[in-house]
Amino acid sequence: MFNTLLPYLLAGISVGGQYALIAVGYTLVYGILRLINFAHGDIFTAAGFFMVYLAASLPVGISVPLVIILTVILGFTVERVAYKPLRTAPRMSIMISAIGVSYLLQNLMWYLTGGLAKQYPGLPGLSETVQIGSASTKIVTIATPFLTIGLVIALVLLINHTKIGMAMRAVSVDFETAQLMGIKINNVISVTFVIGSAMAAIGSMLYFTNYTAVTPTIGAMPGLKAFVAAVFGGIGSIPGAMIGALIIGISENLIKAAGWTAFSDAFTFALLIVVLLFRPTGLFGEKTTDKV
Amino acid sequence: MKKLLALLVAVMMIVPVFAAAEDVIKIGVFEPSTGDNGAGGKQEILGIEYANSLTPTVTIGGQEYQVKLEIADNQSLTDKAVSAAQSLVGANVSVVLGSYGSGASMAGGDVFAEAGVPAIGVSCTNPNVTLLCDYYWRICFLDPFQGTVMANFAKELGATKAYVLTMLGEDYGVGLGKYFVDAFQKLGGEVIEENFTEGNGDFAAYINNAVNGGCDVIFAPCATTYAALIIEQAASQGVTFPILAGDTWENSAILDAAKGKDVKVYCSTFFDENDDSAAAADFVSGFKAWLNADEGKKTNNGGNDIVAAVSALGFDAYNVALAAITAADSADPAAIAAALPGVTYTGVTGAIAFDENGDARKDMAYIKFANPETGAFDFVKTQSVAE
Repeated sequence: MFNTLLPYLLAGISVGGQYALIAVGYTLVYGILRLINFAHGDIFTAAGFFMVYLAASLPVGISVPLVIILTVILGFTVERVAYKPLRTAPRMSIMISAIGVSYLLQNLMWYLTGGLAKQYPGLPGLSETVQIGSASTKIVTIATPFLTIGLVIALVLLINHTKIGMAMRAVSVDFETAQLMGIKINNVISVTFVIGSAMAAIGSMLYFTNYTAVTPTIGAMPGLKAFVAAVFGGIGSIPGAMIGALIIGISENLIKAAGWTAFSDAFTFALLIVVLLFRPTGLFGEKTTDKV
Repeated sequence: MKKLLALLVAVMMIVPVFAAAEDVIKIGVFEPSTGDNGAGGKQEILGIEYANSLTPTVTIGGQEYQVKLEIADNQSLTDKAVSAAQSLVGANVSVVLGSYGSGASMAGGDVFAEAGVPAIGVSCTNPNVTLLCDYYWRICFLDPFQGTVMANFAKELGATKAYVLTMLGEDYGVGLGKYFVDAFQKLGGEVIEENFTEGNGDFAAYINNAVNGGCDVIFAPCATTYAALIIEQAASQGVTFPILAGDTWENSAILDAAKGKDVKVYCSTFFDENDDSAAAADFVSGFKAWLNADEGKKTNNGGNDIVAAVSALGFDAYNVALAAITAADSADPAAIAAALPGVTYTGVTGAIAFDENGDARKDMAYIKFANPETGAFDFVKTQSVAE
């Protein structure tokens, strides 16, 4: 029994960890700006394309940091160009702006890449196949949960124990008062986007190493599931986002294991509805101390 | 000054009218160049363009007409296919070629039927394309045949239990999967059938299901985007039994995915590059030279000069369309539609004659193996079904 379930669990934990890295970006931005950054899934996709094109000409050791830097620049630019000018506008306007950016990025990638699937390069140390018990899988499957947990712990420490973290918490509690206290709000928001985008870039490397085709719309599904995970765990809570993502990753794989492949997404979203019916703020939504 | 400008504008408006008055007949190319089937659609367009470059004119009523290709991208999506089809009808095309992908063809078929424009299916293999639409003809074989061929081939490989994986709601894959299942069960095999949803990227659980179910062959007719992911996942889980699919998999994307991995990928297709008939050999060498002369075209072919079966079909489809126009001796869509059932043509993919549904009678499929070492397709055998 365990031997049969093991590969599904491994796949579930791994894909859940990858969703978690994207979900952190949603939850951070929501915690501070009360904005659902719809462009986040497309930034994730863009990171995939950066790697495809960079690895074609540069060694992996250089392209990995370069992908992270480029993705961070993209996330930062999106915030400066599309969200910052709307800081005082009603929240709905900035949300619409986010949807616009999402479509802009998708169409831009469609145009620049020709709209066809690109093969993701293999990353040494992650792409090799290993044998775990009866299951054979890539190293990335095993590495993902550890990397995710490590990054999440680092992020929580950053938020709870550094000056910029304190500023982030202050902004999330009260935007205007924080400004009066001398916090440079634009810097704090930029840092949020930088962290979120860097996480998305790492997430994309792990995700595409396992599922190696990059297309302009490939980020839509993981993006949506990560968003669901963030809401599931209580949007604004970082550990919540991680646990939500792991639950979603594992549950969708177990449902496929049970043979109901066609319903795995339906079940995932039904689970979200049930949780929200009983806990409208998500699993960890009420523990305000965890909020960024 | 004002008068001069007005005159200039007037002249500019008249010139296009004169240009349009030249003898031009438009052939619509209804193909995906983006989306899940974009890679294959582009190769099909290349075949059509090559045919157009060889025979750019057609004679109607003793007068020579220039053939202009009107290309519309249906983005591999059934909803976008309708608007692409409408744009072709709006451009007053006389006949339409395409599409790669049965779903898009069926969606566009209604528009063509309403406008009375005949369409020639190039590589759409679902029977309903022609069955449900009186204005659709087709020059390739059909899925009931292809499914049976692959089931027979699976049996020959020694398989007893097949894992059939298709995308929910995709007309081509679900149809072909069903014909495979029917044929394979008739041959005494067992089957596990599963579906994935559009946009899915995670095939780990599906491959697990195949392995745990004790299957010894996978049949996964689907778009190349998903195919690459399925092959990758099968390789990382150490799947050693063969993976089979239909005509869509004969594509560079599959070769890229399989290259250097320990997987056995087979697909059935319409044409083989090493066919030694004179027409086919001429086509292959001419097409390769034409591709190599232009970097952009080579990129559209997947970055190499391997001749895809769909390019050969595209080439034949264009020539069938010209034959129909010549037979009708008219640029009028209705006249061409009336002439099409009687058209016969011997192309590079074999003889083409239409039956009462508008399908070409073809009874042979080529089976190819994606060689992971050389990164090319090896011809395995031709297979037909004993009825």
